[in-house]
Amino acid sequence: MKIHEYQAKQLLAKAGVPVPKGIVAKTPDEAVAAFEELGGTIAVVKSQIHAGGRGKGRFKEEPEQPGVVLVRSADEARANAERMLGNTLVTIQTGDEGKQVNTLYVEQGLDIANELYLGCVVDREAGSPVLIVSSEGGMEIETVAHETPEKIHHIPFDADGGLPTFQAVKLAYRLGLPPNAVKSARKFLVKFARFVVDNDCSMAEINPLVVTGDGEMVALDAKVSFDENAMFRHQDFLELRDLSEENEAEIKAGAAGLSYVDLDGNIGCLVNGAGLAMSTMDLVQLHGGSPANFLDVGGGANVEQVTEAFRIILADDNVKAVLVNIFGGIMKCDVIVTALLEAYEKVGFTVPLVVRLEGTNVELARTMLAESGRDIVTATDLTDAAQKVVGSLSA
Amino acid sequence: MSILVDESTRIICQGITGKAGLFHTQNCRDYAAECGRNPAEVVVGGVTPGKGGTEIDGFPVFDTVEQAVAKTGANCTMIFVPPPFAADAIMEAADAGVGLIIAITEGIPVLDMVRARKFLEGYPESRLVGPNCPGVITPGVAKIGIMPGYIHNPGTVGLVSRSGTLTYEGVWQLGNEGMGQSTAVGIGGDPVNGTNFIDCLELFQADPGTDAILMMGEIGGNAEEQAAEYVKQHVTKPVAAFIAGRTAPPGKRMGHAGAIISGGSGTAAEKIKALEAAGIEVAESPADMGAAMKRAIEKAG
Repeated sequence: MKIHEYQAKQLLAKAGVPVPKGIVAKTPDEAVAAFEELGGTIAVVKSQIHAGGRGKGRFKEEPEQPGVVLVRSADEARANAERMLGNTLVTIQTGDEGKQVNTLYVEQGLDIANELYLGCVVDREAGSPVLIVSSEGGMEIETVAHETPEKIHHIPFDADGGLPTFQAVKLAYRLGLPPNAVKSARKFLVKFARFVVDNDCSMAEINPLVVTGDGEMVALDAKVSFDENAMFRHQDFLELRDLSEENEAEIKAGAAGLSYVDLDGNIGCLVNGAGLAMSTMDLVQLHGGSPANFLDVGGGANVEQVTEAFRIILADDNVKAVLVNIFGGIMKCDVIVTALLEAYEKVGFTVPLVVRLEGTNVELARTMLAESGRDIVTATDLTDAAQKVVGSLSA
Repeated sequence: MSILVDESTRIICQGITGKAGLFHTQNCRDYAAECGRNPAEVVVGGVTPGKGGTEIDGFPVFDTVEQAVAKTGANCTMIFVPPPFAADAIMEAADAGVGLIIAITEGIPVLDMVRARKFLEGYPESRLVGPNCPGVITPGVAKIGIMPGYIHNPGTVGLVSRSGTLTYEGVWQLGNEGMGQSTAVGIGGDPVNGTNFIDCLELFQADPGTDAILMMGEIGGNAEEQAAEYVKQHVTKPVAAFIAGRTAPPGKRMGHAGAIISGGSGTAAEKIKALEAAGIEVAESPADMGAAMKRAIEKAG
């Protein structure tokens, strides 16, 4: 689960990690008040959307307006806020459709001496959290990893023991920070590592991480996402969720216990199991089609779930045909077909439906489909299914 | 012959009094019976704290794994404990000396798995398979997990996979090609797990009952690339592979917690390239897994 920059910074501040002073603004008036409150001389106005690349991003309605802007007067704060709020910001990460900006974060300006990069993820191979630090602040870490990998430092640390102080000090010296910044860097890094573990972050990124002229390390930006499997111990984080940032179909699917990812194609897919669902997308493309979604109905696949799955798939106007691919194991094919037929009735199909079944009680299930009198195309194997569903588009 | 699971495997279920736990424990017992074995010697009981001393459908229930091991001689556990408590259940099993720990549970927080894996370093005699996996089956001998037993046939292909239903698909296709499995291992779809591809490759290479290996990977991480390197160096048996997720977009989790392309790495294309460079026969289509295994065997002569 992703959260906004201002929310991440509030959590960081609570954990003792220094962030610039900032105020949330939802109207131009609030932006002006925030500017005055922060000293009334200089401030940064930042669009709050989940995607990155905001500084270089521009608004659809205001093509000259950047998503992050430095302002030096109350009038500038107001004018910029008016051009940003309610408008659609397009960045390298939002796609062409962009994201509507509903919230601004107005922050104090800082005297910046050094810009760095700091990130933390769980390293699969090492099976431990790892800090990733680079001297190239403001740059995408993937670009740095590609062009100058020697500038990146990986520091694994124990989840419960935290980052040892010496590691933080070693990093400060490796990065060539000014001597007056070492103490601040040490505190910052140790607390940041603790923050990541205590909050079950799946990813936390401070880019840029800055050192000010008087040697203070501060998180100038913050991007944080949480491990959804750990939400049971962070119920308070649910309040931080911004549904306007998420795909509507994905929200609905999540509520129904389905795993769904929206894609650009025109063949809707309903599959049991994540691996098979991914493979089904691949199969469709291999045969010249284009998948409209990833959808795993899971192991249960009852009538309610299958019905909701069909509704979600068919609500996508791009969908011109649907492929159901089920490998019935413990969940028998005839049980799934019963759910399929009932869902088919409830939903009202207007596009071709191709069903491929294999596994337990498949013969019975195929007979049920054939005798249902419904306009459902059955396929004998994966390739046949893909050819039939792709073929149905041109028919 | 086989890997991990054989005639000496004695199974308990942690979380046996839950609906899924009991259902699948019964299925594992039925499978043992279908294999002509005495099911009471294959599936020997279960653990649910607070319900020790009771019985459920003929299975004795114990409060702790330690007690279950002492009373039944269990050397394998199948974990169905809910996610918030599952990592603790894994550690409890290792502490009780269980040699094979198979964690079926999906949805364990990744940092819990980080802690459990660190804990397991102190128990080198215990092996964890999973979590978020279908389990392990040695056809004709025993199954530990949620896979449909009847689709498997005894044979000589060792199968290792990150997926569930996709594995069944692969098993099914092998059956259509007239091939069975020595053992099929689901290593699970989580980013931090116990047993990995290389562990299974090493075991299959050493197993005289395995003549060929089918690997089923997916996007995310670089376990397949490492496995490819291992095959190049150490595996002399024919290997075929399939990678799911060629069409998956970057930055999106495809069902499995571990199936995500992040920062441009973990793509199917990279994995396929590495596997092919190691001389592995890669199935282009998911419909081609069985046939790819057959081609790899024929090529090896």
